[in-house]
Amino acid sequence: MIGSFLYILFSGVAYGVLLFLMSAGLAVTQGLMRFANLAHAAFAMLGGYLAVTLMNGYGWPFLLTLPVAAFGTAIFAAVLERVLFRRFYNVSQLYQIMLTVGIVSMSAAAVTFIWGPTNQPVTMPAYLSGSSNVGGFSVDHYRLFLIVAGGLVVWGLIWAIDRTSFGAKIRAAVDNRRVAMSCGINVDRLFMSSFFIGSALAGLGGALSINLIGLSPTFAVDFLALVLIVVTLGGQGSMKGTLGAALLLGVLDVAGKYYIPQTGPFITYAVTVVVLFWKPNGLFVPA
Amino acid sequence: MTTIELPASPAPASAAASRAHRVFARSARWRWEEIAFWVLAAASIVVFPTHLVLIAQVLITGLFALSFDLLVGYAGIPSLGHAAFFGLGAYTAGLLARAGWGEPISGLLAAALVAGIFGLVLSVVVSRLTGIALIMITLGVGLLLYEAAHSARDLTGGDDGLSGITMWPVLGQFQFDFYGRTAVIYTFVVVFLLYLVARRIVNSPFGLELKGIRENVRRVPAIGIPLRYRYMVAFTLSAALAGVAGALLAQITQTVALSSLGFDRSASVLIMVMIGGMGTLIGALVGAAAYMVAQDQLSALNPVYWDFWVGLLLVLFVLFARGGLIGGVDRLVVWIQSKRKRS
Repeated sequence: MIGSFLYILFSGVAYGVLLFLMSAGLAVTQGLMRFANLAHAAFAMLGGYLAVTLMNGYGWPFLLTLPVAAFGTAIFAAVLERVLFRRFYNVSQLYQIMLTVGIVSMSAAAVTFIWGPTNQPVTMPAYLSGSSNVGGFSVDHYRLFLIVAGGLVVWGLIWAIDRTSFGAKIRAAVDNRRVAMSCGINVDRLFMSSFFIGSALAGLGGALSINLIGLSPTFAVDFLALVLIVVTLGGQGSMKGTLGAALLLGVLDVAGKYYIPQTGPFITYAVTVVVLFWKPNGLFVPA
Repeated sequence: MTTIELPASPAPASAAASRAHRVFARSARWRWEEIAFWVLAAASIVVFPTHLVLIAQVLITGLFALSFDLLVGYAGIPSLGHAAFFGLGAYTAGLLARAGWGEPISGLLAAALVAGIFGLVLSVVVSRLTGIALIMITLGVGLLLYEAAHSARDLTGGDDGLSGITMWPVLGQFQFDFYGRTAVIYTFVVVFLLYLVARRIVNSPFGLELKGIRENVRRVPAIGIPLRYRYMVAFTLSAALAGVAGALLAQITQTVALSSLGFDRSASVLIMVMIGGMGTLIGALVGAAAYMVAQDQLSALNPVYWDFWVGLLLVLFVLFARGGLIGGVDRLVVWIQSKRKRS
């Protein structure tokens, strides 16, 4: 009983960290520009494929592929933002949705064309595979690595948002973009840099998720919903809210699969819909 | 629902009323694109007797896109889960027929009722939301229904879908035949009648209010229109129409596939309405026809490339041609007219 509970908590938190990495960027950019970027999960997918290519094609060690996956994804996303997305900040949200749905559709096809339709095989280095027994409780090495590494990134992010002037500017602009601009904050540049960082996190999340979730061309569509759920439940623009929502969803998902495996993701969607009925602006926002 | 009764001959009393009357009369006029579409649709039934099932499916998808246009193009409510209503209608009609009641028209009404009630319940929440939360709830409900239908194998057949649907003759007279003759005429009549209904709705004062909401959400309540109730009515109507479309597909194909609830259907209807031209009604039908015929012709290609080109098309339309095909044709006509005037 205790054992299975700990297992669910452990795996759930590991999964939640991944969800957080993939959603954090969207939470900030959504909060800043109210831009409905449904293609954010496609950035995570790109990060995953970059990592796989470097590992399987060029024999890079796994840890070294992570920064490249993050950076490569960020550059790609930044170009997309400058060329396409920025034209859509002041138009109806409908067009933003159409634009990004189109990009998701193209990304799935392009990835299939380049890497094929099948699941990408990866082999993790020895120190990240297997598990050890700690006091009668089996600790999976990779999940432990995720929690530690992801926890560091999370801590760094929250620290940056809370304590640096960059973070203060972001909080100000999320609160009220116009007033922030009139105080001399260059919101356009702020947005560009947070878009860059957010996409890098998504790429990192994508690369880290291969070993746990697998990587195939349906990744962007599969995670589109989950990422949106995290951001909506967390409340736009709030790092801590996003983190809470991601961890909650991670644990919920693992628990659902453990206790009632036949329902699949049904539990997650049901809880989300019920919560949104109750608190439409997010779980951690006073309604 | 508020509808306007256009006074036939006696002129309205005040000048303002007469101006309003003229505006409604002008917007209610049949455009040549509409006439062309319906004439071509009717002609295609005669000209392509081997493609009757495809024609019926194009019309059904057109009706689905029409219901989506009412929501997106008029009320300006984005949705990523519109297939939920289509699938609900399809399963309602399918289950009803399997339970032993195969009368088609009451099946359509039942589907409209179920989908409409579901839409009404959902609209209570949707009308309170904006932005990404709104997209999320529509997407979430769509996925939820899909997973529910997927799990409830005993009721829906799960992955295998619902089969063994037997339909009674339409109006007790016309048996569904192997070639799809009855199916296509039945579909044509139903979709055309509902098109007239939708036309009537958007050209009524209620339709004008919806357009007002789309153009400026803040100003509409300021002139005394209860925003929430308009949202709810629009959402419910759109859901009911989508339910009828699903029911039609279930009845004429005598199966219900799980994909009728799928995300792909919700996404493709977005594309159809964008390609055809949002907020024009006929654009939804034209877009659905263009999409379906292209898909049918290109099905020999790998479906993956289809996704790519469709995505690219969507991006290009949203970048350069937000009026869609109908908007493009309109611009062309205006351009030609202005040229003729100059010369």
